[in-house]
Amino acid sequence: MTSEPYLLLSAILFAIGVIGFMLRRNAIILFMSVELMLNATNLAFVTFSRQHGNLDGQVASFFVMVVAAAEVVVGLAIIVSIYRARRSASVDDANLLKF
Amino acid sequence: MHLLEIVPAVPASGLFSLAWLVIAIPLACAALLIVLGKRSDGWGHLLATVATIASFAIGLLLFVQMLSADEGSRAVSVPLYEWIATGSWSIEAGLLVDQLSILFVLLITGVGALIHIYSIGYMAHDANRRKFFAYLNLFVAAMLILVLADNYLVLFLGWEGVGLASYLLIGFWAHKPSAAAAGVKAFVVNRVGDLGMAMAIFTMLAMFGSSAFADVNAGAPQLSGTWATLLGIMLLVGACAKSAQVPLQSWLLDAMEGPTPVSALIHAATMVTAGVYLVVRSHAIYAMSDVATLAVAIVGTVTLLAGAWIGSSKDDIKKVLAGSTMSQIGYMMLAAGLGPVGAAFAIFHLITHGFFKANMFLGAGSVMHGMNDEVDMRNFGGLAKAMRITFLTFGAGYLAIIGFPFTAGFYSKDHIVEAAFESNTVLGVLALLGAGVTAYYMTRLMVMTFFGARRWKDDAHPHESPLTMTVPLIVLGVLSLVAGLFMNSWIQGWLAPATGGEVHETEVFSLALIPLLTLAVVIVGVAVGWFLHRGDIPRTAPVTKNPLVLAGRSDLYGDALNEYAVVRPVKGLVAGTEAFDHGVVDGLVMGSASMAGGLGSWLRRAQNGYVRTYGLTFVIGVVALAAVVVFGQLV
Repeated sequence: MTSEPYLLLSAILFAIGVIGFMLRRNAIILFMSVELMLNATNLAFVTFSRQHGNLDGQVASFFVMVVAAAEVVVGLAIIVSIYRARRSASVDDANLLKF
Repeated sequence: MHLLEIVPAVPASGLFSLAWLVIAIPLACAALLIVLGKRSDGWGHLLATVATIASFAIGLLLFVQMLSADEGSRAVSVPLYEWIATGSWSIEAGLLVDQLSILFVLLITGVGALIHIYSIGYMAHDANRRKFFAYLNLFVAAMLILVLADNYLVLFLGWEGVGLASYLLIGFWAHKPSAAAAGVKAFVVNRVGDLGMAMAIFTMLAMFGSSAFADVNAGAPQLSGTWATLLGIMLLVGACAKSAQVPLQSWLLDAMEGPTPVSALIHAATMVTAGVYLVVRSHAIYAMSDVATLAVAIVGTVTLLAGAWIGSSKDDIKKVLAGSTMSQIGYMMLAAGLGPVGAAFAIFHLITHGFFKANMFLGAGSVMHGMNDEVDMRNFGGLAKAMRITFLTFGAGYLAIIGFPFTAGFYSKDHIVEAAFESNTVLGVLALLGAGVTAYYMTRLMVMTFFGARRWKDDAHPHESPLTMTVPLIVLGVLSLVAGLFMNSWIQGWLAPATGGEVHETEVFSLALIPLLTLAVVIVGVAVGWFLHRGDIPRTAPVTKNPLVLAGRSDLYGDALNEYAVVRPVKGLVAGTEAFDHGVVDGLVMGSASMAGGLGSWLRRAQNGYVRTYGLTFVIGVVALAAVVVFGQLV
């Protein structure tokens, strides 16, 4: 089998994630974009694991999933509390932490 | 020039191995009084006096034992411990008790004890009397280290110690700005001399590998002429500062700001004579260089005239005596600069001067005590009746200093004048002139203070001082009269082994030309002094255009000279250095700091608070890294 389509899909998903992250203002959408990028890398990891015939990539993707789950817990909590305080989930409104 | 063989010191035994106690007792007492502080206020002065008397007693025992020893074993060395051992240097701290140092020990502890007793009365009303006695004991201990050292480095320790004690005591009444300034001045001028001393010690260590007297004396004959001259001049610089010799004389007159017992002990009898001791102790070096020896004699002659000049024109009784001290030490320096002939005479005059000048300073203190601390002689007059004992003892000192026949100064000073004539007629004539001026200013002092009309201020009620003050005066007065007669025929032979001198015939009363001439000059001086001051003396110093008087009143412009020759250039240097520090050094430091700060305030604009800007930065970074990796693979 060839792994090129999988890698291509991974790259497309990653690019969508990056563009979404940079263009959208809603914190939830931004979060989803980050998740998309993480899963794109997971796909690449798994593809390489399959290509090389060992489990290193699968192990790495599990790590990524664990970290992503933890990140979601903290991140969503922050977003919810910001929303409660400001009645807005736009990242451009939460710009007080600056020079 | 014939040099006697220098007798080497024998190791200490018996009583001599306890010689360190002479120093340790006053030192321990000083430490105790300072550490205990106010708790020892009640008895501190008594303990300090007892400590000095104990030192004197031990010194006297050592002296008696030395007298009974035969001539070859009189000089005793007392090794104490190894002070500095580093590389090839090994500097032993030890004491040298010989014919020269034992005389100093007796003078310092003897006169010191008398002045301690006197101070009990003199300082009775001072709140800090205990501190005063602690400093006096510190001084006695340091001065004993100076004279008992067997090594120039240990001597230097004592040299600095007496400098410290002198500073502390001149500025004892530091609430008076003039006293504080005088203390600082004495300290600073003495630093110049210390530089000379330190360089001399460095030179000795480099030349002889040791600074012990024994090694230096043994090595000196091998010195080249240039080095011997340099070494002699460096030591002379040290001696000049400590002994207030021209050109480093300016501090002594200001030092009279200190309490009068201090002026008597430190700035008349003992510390200021340390320079003479140093020159006599270094006779082996001076024997190798005629130039350095002549320099010592010239410095002495100039100072003896300058001091007498200043003494003749001052109205402050203590400053007259200070000028006189300078002048008399000039005589000693002159004698020391005449080579082996004069060394014993220098020490002889030093000791008799210690007696009669301490006596006169204490007498002046007694007068001040009775006159509400008035020092201007124009407000004295007619005190002979009011203060009988002070007058009589002061009179004894007066007779001794002008060289009245059979008094102490008659023997010691006339020998110096004679020796000066023998070696150089010019020096002899100047020394003779100095004797005449001495007679003049001392007569002036006597007449203005004790005779004539009473010019007292309204609130002055002169009274005789208490016994603690008059007893030391009487003892010193008697010594001023008889000490010369006792020591005249003995001291030369006694000192010869230690100073390398030769013994001259001296008579009780000589009818040769020079002594008679000296006597005649002295009589003229007394007569002029009496004649000029026999009438009314105005309460304020008369305005005069006489340049001699004007120069004398302003200390021969010593301060102005220092101001223009030293203080101004140093201040200029300081201003230049400060400008460099502010301009260049600070400029560099402050410049780099503000550069970092500017860069920071420009860079912090990147932190704008927009998450998406951070994201963009992040992506650009990742892309850049990826580009590096990819292109790195290609290349």
